[in-house]
Amino acid sequence: MLIKLTGGTVYDPASGIDGQVTTLYVQDGKFIKPPAADVKVDKEYDLKGKVLMAGAIDMHTHIGGGKGNIARMLIPEDHRKDPVYRSDITRSGCGHAMPSTFATGYRYAEMGYTAGFEPAILPVNARQAHMEMADIPILDKGGYVMLGSDDYLLRMLTAKKDQKAINDYVAWTMNAAKAIGVKVVNPGGINAFKFNQRKLELDEQNAHYGVSPREILQVLATAVKEIGVKHPLHVHGCNLGVPGNVDTTLDTIQGIGGLPMHLTHIQFHSYGTEGDFKFSSGGAQIAEAINKNKNITADVGQILFGQTITASGDNMRQHANHGFANPNKWVCMDIECDAGCGVVPFKYRDQNFVNALQWAIGLEIFLLVDDPWRVFLTTDHPNGAPFTTYPHLIRLLMDKSFRNDMLATIHPEAQKMTTLASIDREYSLQEIAILTRAGAAKLVGLDDRGSLGEGAWADITVYTENVDREKMFEKPDYVFKDGELVVVDGKVVQTKWGTTHIVRPEWDISVEQDLQKYFERFMTMKVGNFKISDDEITEDGRGSLTTHSLNAVS
Amino acid sequence: MIEITEVPSPFCGIGTDDLTLQVEGLSVKVSENGCAINTPAFEQEITDTSARVGGKEVSLELAIAKAAELLRESNQPIIGGCATDVNGMRGVMAVADKAGAVVDNVNFPAARRNFLALQDTGWMTTTLAEIKNRCDYLLVVGVDLEGFAPRFFERYLWNKESMFLDDTGQRQIVYLGKAPSGNASTSPKGVSAKVLECADVDLPEVTAVLRALVKGRKIVADTVAGIATHELRAIAEQLKAAKYSVVTWAAGSLNFDHAELTVQMLTEMVKDINTMDTRCSGFPLGGKEGDQTANQVCGWISAFPARARFSSGFPEYDPFLYDSNVMLANGEADVLVWVQAFNTESVPPVTDLPTIVVARSGMRFAQEPDVFIPVGTPGIDHAGHAYRLDNVVAIRLKKCRDSGLPSTAEVLNAIEQAL
Repeated sequence: MLIKLTGGTVYDPASGIDGQVTTLYVQDGKFIKPPAADVKVDKEYDLKGKVLMAGAIDMHTHIGGGKGNIARMLIPEDHRKDPVYRSDITRSGCGHAMPSTFATGYRYAEMGYTAGFEPAILPVNARQAHMEMADIPILDKGGYVMLGSDDYLLRMLTAKKDQKAINDYVAWTMNAAKAIGVKVVNPGGINAFKFNQRKLELDEQNAHYGVSPREILQVLATAVKEIGVKHPLHVHGCNLGVPGNVDTTLDTIQGIGGLPMHLTHIQFHSYGTEGDFKFSSGGAQIAEAINKNKNITADVGQILFGQTITASGDNMRQHANHGFANPNKWVCMDIECDAGCGVVPFKYRDQNFVNALQWAIGLEIFLLVDDPWRVFLTTDHPNGAPFTTYPHLIRLLMDKSFRNDMLATIHPEAQKMTTLASIDREYSLQEIAILTRAGAAKLVGLDDRGSLGEGAWADITVYTENVDREKMFEKPDYVFKDGELVVVDGKVVQTKWGTTHIVRPEWDISVEQDLQKYFERFMTMKVGNFKISDDEITEDGRGSLTTHSLNAVS
Repeated sequence: MIEITEVPSPFCGIGTDDLTLQVEGLSVKVSENGCAINTPAFEQEITDTSARVGGKEVSLELAIAKAAELLRESNQPIIGGCATDVNGMRGVMAVADKAGAVVDNVNFPAARRNFLALQDTGWMTTTLAEIKNRCDYLLVVGVDLEGFAPRFFERYLWNKESMFLDDTGQRQIVYLGKAPSGNASTSPKGVSAKVLECADVDLPEVTAVLRALVKGRKIVADTVAGIATHELRAIAEQLKAAKYSVVTWAAGSLNFDHAELTVQMLTEMVKDINTMDTRCSGFPLGGKEGDQTANQVCGWISAFPARARFSSGFPEYDPFLYDSNVMLANGEADVLVWVQAFNTESVPPVTDLPTIVVARSGMRFAQEPDVFIPVGTPGIDHAGHAYRLDNVVAIRLKKCRDSGLPSTAEVLNAIEQAL
């Protein structure tokens, strides 16, 4: 099947195309060179005047794993307002803040997204994460495996195991859990909460292990680099949500000593203590630190007003914040000497000073980070807002007058505490394509996605140019997944199954001998039953695994 | 004969995965690490190998066609049981969506007690490995724990080593309500559990007083449902003094009206203790016959627990209205599908409605169903996944013999295709 996409205005940062009219050809799911004139085109789409980008990639979205399902169970009243009807080609579902899996896939695709990455896969819960994501249609998926509060790693650190041993363990865990990256959440803090510690500063020691978050970050960031994983260590830092945590975050950036590090939902880690309410924006300081330190990337975790639910591995911080639960119900869980989770419903309100300033801080960071290749568009779905708010967020970034109109409606004291009104920057279409396509693919370490260049998989979104960017981005004319047309005029017309993106870093076989002993002594399952086999992903005939390349290991 | 080791069990709920099986043809013997629940469940013989329609043996294709025909003619089918593996439950959801059925898990009457508490106030819970390594005080409320899971104490409390307890034998075990049926809870050194007995129906009062004592409220009465108040006060103080206490209950054992309020009393007490400078966690016991699996899969596919209705074209959840037994009694359904891949004793409710049974080989019926399709048992006849009681760990079930029986998923997906 040879498809010709004729005359569209193409924004493809990966190929250096910035708004040029370009005709593209797709064969067997991938972009190809223009074929010879006598080759028959099977299907041509006239895209003159349309905007073409690669399919969007959400590099941090909670779409698979136990805490998301706890979130679903916790708030049936939120789902009832948002039913998704079954059709001849699509399954039913529902849910506003935390939708069901099929609805998740359709809604993402209908906004032009073709991949999503679950950032918090607990090794012991990885099967669930993959099984849930296996029921998300259309999208490609993958995830980052969580380490740093697992007792095995902390025992290694206490025992002063060398970096090589830690590298082997990290690589082994990535293989066992079928991950493409490694995440750390409140480094060591989830573990410390089990010993009744209620906060953990960057240099504070775990009461049992005598290990600090800084040490954990150092060994994990080193491990990720040394085993060749392209996605830098994905860090949910200490002190999430705590006023004054901007200092912790700056210290975290300095302390990593130039190692690649991705700071996730950084908005939640950019708070000062100035002003009458002892809560202020650290957005400018954080943006400046990102601008200066080229080893740092960040996604924002923008909050948007309305009802949502927060689901995090950080049960230490979630427990501390349970008083804000709205509606007033919440779940915290300690999990298998591995990690934990906390689920707290939230309603962000524009007339609440703190929420209003959180909204402004996120936007400040977006607009003050100079390099669009090192900042990423997320709401930390569902924690800052459901992913369905992305078109609105894109408009806030691209349209200064709209942004300032919104700013004028929030809590007046918050307006005084933000520099947002003075920031003139408006994102261009090319910059949006970097944030949501080319940059995201590069950051996650995807070899052949996020691009419209020859050889890349043909994940394509076609928009109609509209000055109202929210309208433009919420309803693409066409979305193609692997060269197949799946969405027309913002509605799914065909469904298919995406692949699961992973890496397979190497490890020394001896690591498994130690793990086997540990599992026999302390765990509740056999190490052989812990590891996820390839056929668990592929045996139903829908799923597939795509293994990506690693950086050369010295 | 072949020997298969490290076999996980979907039957006991606690994720035992150290069984050794001796398999010869279709015969299975548990040679190591069996228990009163797992051994008979694994060793049960295959009897039916052929599908039946109206009591007559037919081909699988014909049975599937008949099932689809009954569902096509139905205005409100019910899919009950829902006791199967993850893929089987995915099949249930696919059929329910297309046929507009009600999905109702066989253990939902018990699970509802937990869901009502969870959906009203939430909770704090823990998992098996945390218990094994951290729990220094276990309060067992209203359940005979070793009757529920015979190897619970052996595997998770009297383990030789733990990471954070110098001597696991020092753990304190207290029963409130039901007394244990045996002495599994007696420590290796011979210390037996403290038992404060009361009738099940008195648990609401007893747990309310216990929570009040935890919160330091004044209790004037000397006894509560026959239990001395000072004994309850001692438990309250011990819970607060422990480093990592665990409060466990089994919703299925709380057989009295509005038991969800007792669950909530316990889960809110656990939250209270966590504000008193120590840690405490709840631990709901369940996980049998795929009930966690049903709720998890229904949870991610519909966003609701496994008592949901699809006849409006989208999922609707109501823990009372979509009770299949109530619907059958009220004449609100016209076809019953019963899915039970684990337990042949768990037969469909008696009804005059057309009935389709997709169940483990060997199920016996008082009244022959319109369609009976025997299926393989997940973890014996085919590979699969099942959730453990703590809801985090999905165990990878193995295929241990080649019986030729189809899986629940294969049968239900074929029915869905034929609709």
